[in-house]
Amino acid sequence: MYRYDHYDQAIVDARVEEFRDQVRRRIAGEMTEDQFKPLRLKNGLYLQLHAYMLRIAIPYGTLSSAQLRMLAHVARTYDRGYGHFTTRQNIQYHWIKLEQVPDILADLATVQLHGIQTSGESIRNISADQYAGATADEIADPRPWAELLRQVTTFHPEFSYLPRKFKFALTAAPGDRAAIRWHDVGLRLVRNDAGEDGFEVYAGGGMGRTPFVAALVRPFCPADRLFSYVQAILRVWNRHARRDNIHKQRMKILVHELGVEEFTRQVEEEYAHIATLGTDPPRAEFDRIAAFFAPPPFETGLSDEIDRSDPDFTLWVDRQVAPHKASGYAIANISLKPIGGIGGDMSAEQMETVADLAERYSFDELRVTHAQNLVLPHVRKGDLYAIWQALDAAGLADVNLDLVTDIIACPGLDYCSLANARSIPVAQKIAQRFADLDRQQDLGELKIKISGCINACGHHHAGHIGILGVDRKGVENYQLLLGGSGAEDTTTAKITGPGFDEDGVVDAVEKAIETYRALRDPGERFLDTYRRVGMEPFKEAIYG
Amino acid sequence: MKLLTGNNLRTGAVIWWTGRDWSLHVEDAVDVGEHGEAIAQAEEGARRVNGPALIDAEMTPNGPRPLHIKDRIRALGPTVRPDLTLKPADPNAGSWVI
Repeated sequence: MYRYDHYDQAIVDARVEEFRDQVRRRIAGEMTEDQFKPLRLKNGLYLQLHAYMLRIAIPYGTLSSAQLRMLAHVARTYDRGYGHFTTRQNIQYHWIKLEQVPDILADLATVQLHGIQTSGESIRNISADQYAGATADEIADPRPWAELLRQVTTFHPEFSYLPRKFKFALTAAPGDRAAIRWHDVGLRLVRNDAGEDGFEVYAGGGMGRTPFVAALVRPFCPADRLFSYVQAILRVWNRHARRDNIHKQRMKILVHELGVEEFTRQVEEEYAHIATLGTDPPRAEFDRIAAFFAPPPFETGLSDEIDRSDPDFTLWVDRQVAPHKASGYAIANISLKPIGGIGGDMSAEQMETVADLAERYSFDELRVTHAQNLVLPHVRKGDLYAIWQALDAAGLADVNLDLVTDIIACPGLDYCSLANARSIPVAQKIAQRFADLDRQQDLGELKIKISGCINACGHHHAGHIGILGVDRKGVENYQLLLGGSGAEDTTTAKITGPGFDEDGVVDAVEKAIETYRALRDPGERFLDTYRRVGMEPFKEAIYG
Repeated sequence: MKLLTGNNLRTGAVIWWTGRDWSLHVEDAVDVGEHGEAIAQAEEGARRVNGPALIDAEMTPNGPRPLHIKDRIRALGPTVRPDLTLKPADPNAGSWVI
């Protein structure tokens, strides 16, 4: 994985000291909150319901063991013993003291972590396929390109005062695990007939109040021209964006209002100009970065056999383990969705356990997923049993990847100042309702996503079943949505009808699922059945 | 009744105006009546509070209870982590919120 050079380290260290002085001045009364707020947001510091909240960027979801141990240290030393992995592969802490933030950032900087680009009107942490560099179904590891984009866009003056936040996601696989079409720009690394690498470029996606699925604006952008092309996109958006209306500032609104054809025409025109300026990073710089992502030294001659004599272990393997590109290796998914627990939350002790496992069994590397789980990307199949035993002892061996209890949920009204309703209790009740593993396995892939407000951090628009919490005259109310997807078959979920109270929405989810069970054809997922039969049978079951 | 609340500037902790000072406990809060904005301005200027806000509440036998669930969650803590609330030993604390 990428390691800072002295320039990277100097930039982050300088930012820590700059913010230390800004915090000092704020506490001393030399700055008002209005003056301080944009500065703290540039360092990932929010003010939420119970305290300050600090969000730490995890670039393209990749962490080292040392970094995860540092996150455990922050949880234990400065917070309340845990952290929360987010739907954008970041981690956030909900009980932070302002006066301690400079020390936290200084500690994080020692392991090359920071809170830059996790808030404000910036290019946010760039996310990527959590299986990047490990899966057999990609043409190459997309993370060097993500890192290149991170480097050229960080503190780039043209992108420092954007109309609104801006999100990239990358993959290099046909199966989309990064929800690329739900981002402002989604990039899929592809290879043309001449053997050259380039990107399918999607633009104008996003959730929130007005969901749009990103449109394909260029089927092949030469990889060496990637920065020019995304710069052209950002420039067109910057030129036209509605800075006067917060609800219309995101690029998805511009793409929608201009139309994909006209937006693309303007981008291509801008690109034709920018491409003449020589602003793309030289190939040597990409090669320097890519060298950090060289595959680890996989052993050869390993057996692909897995001892399945322990039935509990076998259940875990069959659900949580994915194929790896190297013979004898596997990708191990770690569920952070215990039944009745809080999805994405992880204690400091659990972080240290997983850090140890990554160091011992996964070439010192792990990944964070946008579905709020973790991944050990490179483990020998022969080590899976020992890994499972350690995870089990740490309460991390749940079997539910992509099943009905693997629910994405934002922190909701329990923590978030923007939320209108609680998300976590709804997720907990649904998980408890469907706790039986045989029932979960029978239902197959079923992605439930819950947001506590219209900002959609819980990705409800992309849920096979989505739930949106709203405030109805001071009372929590939940809208039910069906038919969304964040995968390669991206679609936007549709609202079923009138909302429910907390218990009512859990019942409605069960009715929808039982309708699927009654109507499904062999091999159909919930989403497949919904697409085949439409909304009506579900509405009838839920409201009839 | 109107309560004045906000977050401690240094720690971020939720605090309530008691008439003379700030408390972590909503039970100590007083009705600020028409004086809320003036108090908020003075206290913010004195850097004792961040993000002051006036909220509606009702008086109950156990003290003031904010009318909106968001403010009740602020007053107690996250409903999903009773151990992290201000009343970790009270099994009924959650019902005060809902």
